Amino acid sequence: MIAPAESLDAPAGRRPLRPGRIVAWTLLFIGGVVMVTPLLFMFSTSLKTAGQVYDLRLIPASPTLANYVEVLSDGRFLRWFLNSTLVAVAVTLSNLFFDSLVGYTLAKFRFRGRMIVFIAILSTLMIPTEMLVIPWYLMASQLGWLDTYWGIMFPGMMTAFGTFLMKQFFEGVPDDFLEAARIDGLNEFQIWWKVAMPLVTPALSALAIFTFLGNWTAFFWPLISVTSRELYTLPVGLSSFAVEQSIQWEMIMTGAALATIPTLLVFIALQRYIVRGVMLAGLKG
Amino acid sequence: MRTTLLKAGLLAGVGLFAANAAQAVEIEYWQYVFDARVKAMDQLIENFEAANPGVTVKHVTFPYADYQTRVVAAHAAGRGPDVVQLFYGWTDNFVDGGILQPLSQEAFPHAQIEEDFFPIVTAMKREGEYWGLPTAVRSLALFYNKDLFEEAGLDPESPPTTLDEWVAAAEATTKRDGAGNMISAGTTLDMAGQDHHWWREVLVRQFGGEPYTDDYRTVTYDSEAGRAALEWYTDLQLEKGVGAAGFMDEGQAAFRAGLAAMTIDGTFRLGAFRSIESFEWGVAELPAGPDGTRSNYSSYFANGIGASAEGEELEAAEKFLAYITSEEAMEVWLETVGELPARREVALTEANLADPIYGPFLRGLEYAHTTLFVDEAAQRQLIIDATNRILLQGQSPEAALEQAARDEQALIDARN
Amino acid sequence: MARISARTSEPGVVTTAPLPSPTSPEAPPRGWHRLSMSQKQVVWAWGFLALPILFYAGIRFYPTLDAFWLSLTDWNLLRPARFVGLENYARLVSDPQFWQVFNNTFAYLLIGTPTSIVIAFVIAYYLDRVRFMHGLIRALYFLPFLTTAAAMAWVWRWFYQPPPIGAINGFLATFGIPAQPFLRSTEQALPAIMVTAIWAGLGFQIIIFMAGLRAIPGTYYEAARIDGLGELAILRKITLPLLKPTTVFLVVLSSIGFLRIFDQVYNMTTNDPGGPLGSTKPLVLMIYQSAFSSYEMGYAAAQTVVLFSILLVVSLLQLWILRERT
Repeated sequence: MIAPAESLDAPAGRRPLRPGRIVAWTLLFIGGVVMVTPLLFMFSTSLKTAGQVYDLRLIPASPTLANYVEVLSDGRFLRWFLNSTLVAVAVTLSNLFFDSLVGYTLAKFRFRGRMIVFIAILSTLMIPTEMLVIPWYLMASQLGWLDTYWGIMFPGMMTAFGTFLMKQFFEGVPDDFLEAARIDGLNEFQIWWKVAMPLVTPALSALAIFTFLGNWTAFFWPLISVTSRELYTLPVGLSSFAVEQSIQWEMIMTGAALATIPTLLVFIALQRYIVRGVMLAGLKG
Repeated sequence: MRTTLLKAGLLAGVGLFAANAAQAVEIEYWQYVFDARVKAMDQLIENFEAANPGVTVKHVTFPYADYQTRVVAAHAAGRGPDVVQLFYGWTDNFVDGGILQPLSQEAFPHAQIEEDFFPIVTAMKREGEYWGLPTAVRSLALFYNKDLFEEAGLDPESPPTTLDEWVAAAEATTKRDGAGNMISAGTTLDMAGQDHHWWREVLVRQFGGEPYTDDYRTVTYDSEAGRAALEWYTDLQLEKGVGAAGFMDEGQAAFRAGLAAMTIDGTFRLGAFRSIESFEWGVAELPAGPDGTRSNYSSYFANGIGASAEGEELEAAEKFLAYITSEEAMEVWLETVGELPARREVALTEANLADPIYGPFLRGLEYAHTTLFVDEAAQRQLIIDATNRILLQGQSPEAALEQAARDEQALIDARN
Repeated sequence: MARISARTSEPGVVTTAPLPSPTSPEAPPRGWHRLSMSQKQVVWAWGFLALPILFYAGIRFYPTLDAFWLSLTDWNLLRPARFVGLENYARLVSDPQFWQVFNNTFAYLLIGTPTSIVIAFVIAYYLDRVRFMHGLIRALYFLPFLTTAAAMAWVWRWFYQPPPIGAINGFLATFGIPAQPFLRSTEQALPAIMVTAIWAGLGFQIIIFMAGLRAIPGTYYEAARIDGLGELAILRKITLPLLKPTTVFLVVLSSIGFLRIFDQVYNMTTNDPGGPLGSTKPLVLMIYQSAFSSYEMGYAAAQTVVLFSILLVVSLLQLWILRERT
């Protein structure tokens, strides 16, 4: 299958570029540093006072956490953080459950109409969210879903991408395993849940990473569907916070840093799983 | 959602707590988020609830950027506030959309309103009815940085009084580095801020023109005077180099950072500027035009009653509206937000007129104009675009203004 | 694999079965036992699919049709919908703003996609061979992918400020390069915003390219070397052709991303939405403004139909072009 992403050795047969090796490495390293420069400046500025913002040195002359204390003091960032977490976790769980259930059904059951269902679901990949937003908005307002957690979550409870991904992986599960379980007297739901699901945990973690990240950073629909500040997700809250701050950069950078820190921490903790998950989803998806 | 739950809960409890449920009326008050306004309103609500046991007011706030949309959307969704704050320029939209109900003439007699409030309140009148009343009104003034004035050898206690003096002060206070980059501006130039009002209602008149006909249904600024005013404005950047659009992102940010010597802004900015510690600033009346013409732009947020309020809630809403437009409320508002009282008697006190900060704003109010916008954001955008065509694309002020006038007229006509 | 399946054969590891299926054995429908194995399978399958089918019908297909219908009405939030035929489309075609937005959208797509794909490939190609601090360098490139676009837009907005506050202009000044207007320019604003989108997506593309590179069997390279092919020839004859599926995937994904760009533009141009003279305004921002600033839902719906058509054509076109050359 796929070489583990975290292996440090280049695969056999591919020789390192010896003559230009140091040059290549240096350029790559500089490029990498450039990539994280915006993040470094964001953190650096969040540690500065209003008077020091115009001093563009990366290391603050006298770093202070005062901005963080001020931004966090009224509790709204914490609230938005919890909202984002709740929404992203709930949608992710729903996707893990339903996408794999549907993917499994389409991969492992033989019945009339299977292809139609599959193609129908797959065809929704072609529909941009933006096209659905106005009808969703109308629907949500009629059903009283606007300005609720459910209103933020309902459009993403299942995705064609996830279904397709899981179907690909379930197709690799040998039928013998399922047959054996059937003989053991498990019903179909139990077979899926207890036998098939554990065999595709790498795919599940890939799907979880993508769904979580997508919902954690989602901006367009939460911006439209939520009106109360108490229900903002982190990106929407940050955007409104930044506007309210009337261009006080040190405060805006503090808010941006607060919105970024959680994913960075998760990444540092789970780097190899995340990178592998992304590779896996990318190759099969 | 939560109110629905609450109502459901109340209904469920009707058998046992009928008496209590009937006595407690909750009304919702909606306004946009602006720290000082929220604080002031919280205080008013506290006072009101203390004086009216049995009525509670739920204070709901939305970010300014999409406040109007939120209100319209909530209305479309069948929910709405009992008392709602709205910019006077949105009245057409809100009345047409059925979001508001007219103020009852028993509770708010017209003669009384017209006697007590500044005349600009008539912008809330449609079809012979008032659809809202303001707590406070706002006007424009010149804010200037006394430290930068002093540094440039200007007298920090005698700010410019005419446009010529104003340009001279801007030229004296502009600072550039060796590469020619502006490091401190003489004035902010920000059409997205208050400058479009300044140009529209003040500069056009000072250059001898009229921005619109009296009913604001016909654009008349595409005139010699309008062109001269716009050219004068864009030349501040292109010729005189005393400011730059986009410097420090927003004009108010540049002034607050101490990197712009002057800015034209409204009363509502007082709260934010009061937190400035790094320099002294002062307020002056807007500079007079070449022939001594003075003008100002005045506007306000009014409070209206939501269309859905009825029965007990309507009664409570009327009481609440009467309170937040009372003399007492206006004093609280002036103190907390810094916006000028909408009642003449509360505003034009000797103490207020002599106040170094409120004085210039109040004097401006006496000769101010109030643009009757059909769509403030869209009309503002047209002026921003006209300015950008001159500043960024080298278009002539004639052509830029001609297009703006044509587009704005189309916009106004489309609403009639 | 073996370890995982062994673990699950232990009874009671997984005890929850949260969805009581209508055909679950606890409550078997009448005559369940009379059904054959394959008939039972069919019932199970449709049982599993019941809720998802409702979801896709109600939350995907119905709204799609609704969007087409709304695009034929003059519905705004304040008045009920009225059928107006193709009026909204006629208005779009004659709206100069729409054509500017249309051009902007394609500028994001046609410049952004190739640029990011080429950069990502070059970096992945070399990074793949790097051993020293491989994990760290890869992480540096990948980190931006995990950030929130709405948050980073504000960081970039600050970066692009004119002197004395803008970091990039400060950096340019140390090399004696005159200050650039960036977001305040009708020419530079769009590329400036595009850079931020490329920046955010690059890490993902690099990782996927690296996965694609590693999926190429090493024996291919060995065979090529035995045949005496140089590095460049190997790249052209083996690496690139074998990477075609990966490239197609990334091109499609990146194109969709650029066609739908919104978060960055919205947050970087809040005081003049869409940049000076609309020079950065993409279609999605126009949709947002029409729908949620002007409440012209019908007009906005027509714009979404246009977006849908563009996406459809671009996706099909790319798949077709890239398949043809195989």
